Amino acid sequence: MDIYLPIAEVSLDIFVLLGLGAAVGFLSGVFGVGGGFLLTPLLIFIGVPPTVAVASSANQLVGASVSGVISHWRRGNVDFKMGYVLLVGGLAGSFLGVWIFTLLKRLGQVELTISVCYVLLLGTLGGLMLIESIRSMLRLHRPGAGRRRLHQHNWMHGLPLKARFRRSRLYISALLPIGLGFVIGVFSAILGIGGGFIMVPAMIYMLGMPTSVVPGTSLLQIIFVAANVTVLQAYTNRTVDAVLALVLLVGGVVGARVGSRFGTRLRGEQLRFLLALMVLAVAAKLAFDMVQPPAALYSIASEKG
Amino acid sequence: MSAQHAGVSERLACRSFVLVAALLFCAPPARAQGLVADLTSHLIAITTGFTGASVVLFGATDGPGDVLVAVRGPDREMTIRRKSRVAGVWVNTDQLTFANVPSFYAVAASRPIEAILPPATAAFYRLGSTNLRLEAQTPAPSAVTDAFRTALERVQQQAGLFIDRIGKVDFLGERLFRTTIAFPSNVPTGTYLVEVFLVRDKDVVSGQTTPLVVSKVGIDAAVFEFAGRQPGFYGAIAVLTAVVAGWLASLPVRGA
Repeated sequence: MDIYLPIAEVSLDIFVLLGLGAAVGFLSGVFGVGGGFLLTPLLIFIGVPPTVAVASSANQLVGASVSGVISHWRRGNVDFKMGYVLLVGGLAGSFLGVWIFTLLKRLGQVELTISVCYVLLLGTLGGLMLIESIRSMLRLHRPGAGRRRLHQHNWMHGLPLKARFRRSRLYISALLPIGLGFVIGVFSAILGIGGGFIMVPAMIYMLGMPTSVVPGTSLLQIIFVAANVTVLQAYTNRTVDAVLALVLLVGGVVGARVGSRFGTRLRGEQLRFLLALMVLAVAAKLAFDMVQPPAALYSIASEKG
Repeated sequence: MSAQHAGVSERLACRSFVLVAALLFCAPPARAQGLVADLTSHLIAITTGFTGASVVLFGATDGPGDVLVAVRGPDREMTIRRKSRVAGVWVNTDQLTFANVPSFYAVAASRPIEAILPPATAAFYRLGSTNLRLEAQTPAPSAVTDAFRTALERVQQQAGLFIDRIGKVDFLGERLFRTTIAFPSNVPTGTYLVEVFLVRDKDVVSGQTTPLVVSKVGIDAAVFEFAGRQPGFYGAIAVLTAVVAGWLASLPVRGA
């Protein structure tokens, strides 16, 4: 059964869209990331114009994050203060990101930039997570290795504007989460992602937050960043397809339920290992596509009439 | 795209102007009326379940002859980009804009065009997807323009928007004819022109132009129009809808 998407201006099979939403929802349920980094390339793959895919993924992400935050909040795993500080940086970053996106769209390099950013981000993060997860899996087998310190002290702790984040048990400069939020805001606007897969490792490894509060706090700020991106994209580029976002959400809800149940059966480092493999696979595929001669040398850039 | 936003009166005025212009252009001085034709429907409504549509064109001629039908979507400005390899990576490097690209083009004929009309006449009446006279907006060497034009035609053919395979006009007896015009699900919106030509002795002796409107209707039209007119408000509603959907999605967890 086909459904006509009014902004994307294509008809797509509703069951394919629901299935896609469910698959991405499943992953977000298992790993606690938004799943936008997989959703956008998949939408482009099934025929949604890239600009619409980016903007509508952000819209879908709003809903997915809201339901994620609510379930984490019930378990008391959301650091609201940290979330709001990240948000300040995130909102500023998403303004810059949408501006860059509009500029790139005019220059005709949106798709290339999206691919390059993905490859760099996914490759680096996937690699780092893979190494870390393998290390901690090995450490489990050597009980005498002893506990690691919560975090090392370095230049980051010399920054001004120190603040106490009670739930995260941290006393760090507010500039750190603001800067982190800013960078992720820029990327989420350009790539249509909430930045969960950048945010989650950055919170664990850079800020030194306890793993339990990371997904909920990350999702909290993603709600606002994604909402801001959606409004800005709708306003500047008119590429938000609300119908598409809603169909994806419906599928996503079911997938997220199944996923979170499945996720609780796995150990933390096993989860990170699997996530790292998946992220690296996406990066490899995108890198391959950039270097491989394209199927079509010519493409239609814009239509006006 | 803009056609559907135009007021009804404006649309009618535009339509009758096109009709008059087409009749003046097509009607030969010798014969006043060589054929009459009409469509079973003048509106293709794109609804939520739209998967493409077809319209039957039927008519009669005043005697033997061949019939050619050309369906032309509203003209658009289209920019084509070409990729080339820069430092091992494929990047969009060149682009060319064509000002008058029909957003949809299909032809049907009672016999193959080459058998009915000499190439010059076919080119004059812009019949066939290679005779559309697509012109580059900015001057470029003709080899470059040709390469981009061919690419544009191919991309449009692959999208099913330039229908190269010429459809069939069937005659029922000597004077009555009919053909089915099929539109794919990605058919662009706007006011289309269906041109019907009567051909005798390798020349066009009569012609008629009928308008056909392709328009989004119902909820899709409302969403599209709203997104265009009130983009900020539309964005806010899109966000709100997602928030409510997300909240509803988390509700049953409480019971579980």
